[in-house]
Amino acid sequence: MTTRDTNATDGAPILELVNLKKYFQQEGLASAFLRRKRPPVRAVDGVSFRVTAGQNFGLVGESGSGKTTIGKTILRLEQPTDGSVLFEGADVHRLRGGALKEFRRATHVVFQDPNSSLSPRMRVRDIVGEPLSVQGVRGAALRERVAEVLQLVGLSPDAARRYPHEFSGGQRQRIAVARAVAADPKLIVLDEPVSALDVSIRAQILNLLRDLQDRLNLTYLMIAHDLAVVYQACDTIGVMYLGKLAEQAPSEALYREPLHPYTRILLSAIPRPDPTQRHERLPLTGEIPSPSAPPPGCRFHPRCPIAVERCAVDEPEWREVEPDHWVACHLV
Amino acid sequence: MTEQRTRASLADADTILSVRNLRTYFYTRDGVVPAVDDVSFDIRRGEIVGLVGESGSGKSVTARSIMRLVPVPGRIVSGEMIFQGRDLVGVSEGEMRQLRGAHIGMVLQEPMASLNPVLTIGDQVGELFAYHPDRAPDGSRDDAVAEILQRVRIPDAVRRMTEFPLSFSGGMRQRVCIAIATACRPELVIADEPTTALDVTIQAQVLDLLLALRAELGVSVLFITHDLGVVAEICDSVAVMYAGKIVEYNDVESIFARPQHPYTKALLASLPRLGERLAHLPSIEGQPPDLGDLPPGCSFSPRCPAAIDRCREQAPDATAIPGASGSGHVRCFVAADMLAAGAATANAAPSGSTP
Ligand SMILES: Nc1ncnc2c1ncn2[C@@H]1O[C@H](COP(=O)(O)OP(=O)(O)OP(=O)(O)O)[C@@H](O)[C@H]1O
Ligand SMILES: [Mg+2]
Repeated sequence: MTTRDTNATDGAPILELVNLKKYFQQEGLASAFLRRKRPPVRAVDGVSFRVTAGQNFGLVGESGSGKTTIGKTILRLEQPTDGSVLFEGADVHRLRGGALKEFRRATHVVFQDPNSSLSPRMRVRDIVGEPLSVQGVRGAALRERVAEVLQLVGLSPDAARRYPHEFSGGQRQRIAVARAVAADPKLIVLDEPVSALDVSIRAQILNLLRDLQDRLNLTYLMIAHDLAVVYQACDTIGVMYLGKLAEQAPSEALYREPLHPYTRILLSAIPRPDPTQRHERLPLTGEIPSPSAPPPGCRFHPRCPIAVERCAVDEPEWREVEPDHWVACHLV
Repeated sequence: MTEQRTRASLADADTILSVRNLRTYFYTRDGVVPAVDDVSFDIRRGEIVGLVGESGSGKSVTARSIMRLVPVPGRIVSGEMIFQGRDLVGVSEGEMRQLRGAHIGMVLQEPMASLNPVLTIGDQVGELFAYHPDRAPDGSRDDAVAEILQRVRIPDAVRRMTEFPLSFSGGMRQRVCIAIATACRPELVIADEPTTALDVTIQAQVLDLLLALRAELGVSVLFITHDLGVVAEICDSVAVMYAGKIVEYNDVESIFARPQHPYTKALLASLPRLGERLAHLPSIEGQPPDLGDLPPGCSFSPRCPAAIDRCREQAPDATAIPGASGSGHVRCFVAADMLAAGAATANAAPSGSTP
């Protein structure tokens, strides 16, 4: 997935987020009692990026940074509060009729936990065949395609008649991948695709995703908290902090020359599997603020080791400081 | 890492826990599950020993065995666990209660599993001193509690000790659990995946805190994790578990630089690493076995690229790794043969250098 030739792509984005915002209204007894609305949770607060066909895009960030909400909004599982998601140039939240049906075929998702994402009462053939039957595929054509994708993901044909609980976690994730590729999509959102899996199984699934990409011309948007996994699988990485992108760069550049102070801290916090490379972890003070009351100015400034006065006042612009290297920081 | 590891100062006489041939089995309706099967390792004063392995490999059951908290239908079948001269396998439940909390602390993956949501943080930390008055610091209870919360770097400790666990973030709750586990200055802390549920930047803080506490209190830690990165960052020695057995046990540098067991080798090779983008990650085929239905011979043999016929028929014993400090060992026929061959050539070679 890392070094493919890009001749198939003309550089036009397959996916584009334009200043996407998703706010959640907070419900709850307290607000009902007080008869006033609490401020909304700004899960995604103005995110823009482009994904080129064939070039995997990885979104990393800590819990609550908004990664999963972005994935859900792209797939129409959430309605944006503002901004838009363009898939092959068309606003996905305005699609109707045939165009919507085609969008549903062309995009799919794989979630973190194969146990909860696969219906326990459905047989594997129905789980994997579902995206096909939605498209009107029936009978022998359906059976053949199910057998074909099961084979693609390394499962035996007789898996089709069994139920998810009869499989191990890694095999269940293969089933989820089989379903995702069944209707021959173009874009697959992978939300923490290996984090629930055993260490010895992760490499198997990452390799499978790569093989499938090569064979099926897929583009992945991978959402994960594990930067090492995203670094392996993606060409470009975007780092989220509290609903916004802090930095975005080609994977190698992000790892070699991180520019945003948060990216640097995040990189230094990642444990390296090499005891001879023990390093100083950069301190990150304080706690992540509430996304319903993000700090003014740069939202990282209260925890930033190099913040200056301006950072508490002006929101930094999202700018391209080097080709394809974007950052939101006054001090870069 | 802000602090140098203290391996050189660790004398073998300083062993505080010595586990030998521990077996803890579960007697279920479907048969016997050998969750911990012939496990041996040592923990020295001030040492952080990592216990790594995949889900179901027996890490938590090992921890619970040391605490003597094995749930039914499990029980310790045989073996020794010598802690400060006493064999924990045989001590009375009353004695064990005195050891838990005061001499052996425990930190779990989910802080809320060990915190009481309706007691203030101060009451929960203070409660320990009521059980173990001999281990309580001098002065008022509140002063002692505040001191202990400050020790785990909880800002504004005096105010926050009046709050309840739910008003703390996940990282702060884990600090409280570490405060409770270390309040009585125990000799040993057993930490079962203490950072697995935390974000990576919070994990980094908790790891730094454990290292600082080790330096301040001289406490030893049995650190259970499935993350080899974390092991490399903070452990002095490592036991790799697979299907209820320790397949390799050695100091951390040797495990990472010269892994002996094919499972350790394959696991290290399969890790996605920063700074090293691979077109194809070397992966381990198949999946970990069901402990209730183990393959014959070595449990790893069905997945092992190095397996020979013997591995599928006979279970290998532990072989000492030459040159390893303490009880470093590997449980593999092929590795044992290679070590023996290496030792033979080393012996055959004329030794010109002084020892
Ligand atoms: N109460 C129980 N009854 C029956 N079997 C049990 C019980 N508790 C644990 N086991 C079995 O013991 C084995 C080891 O489990 P253990 O919890 O120690 O694994 P672990 O290495 O801690 O895994 P994880 O990484 O998932 O925490 C497993 O096969 C498990 O099924
Ligand atoms: Mg466990």
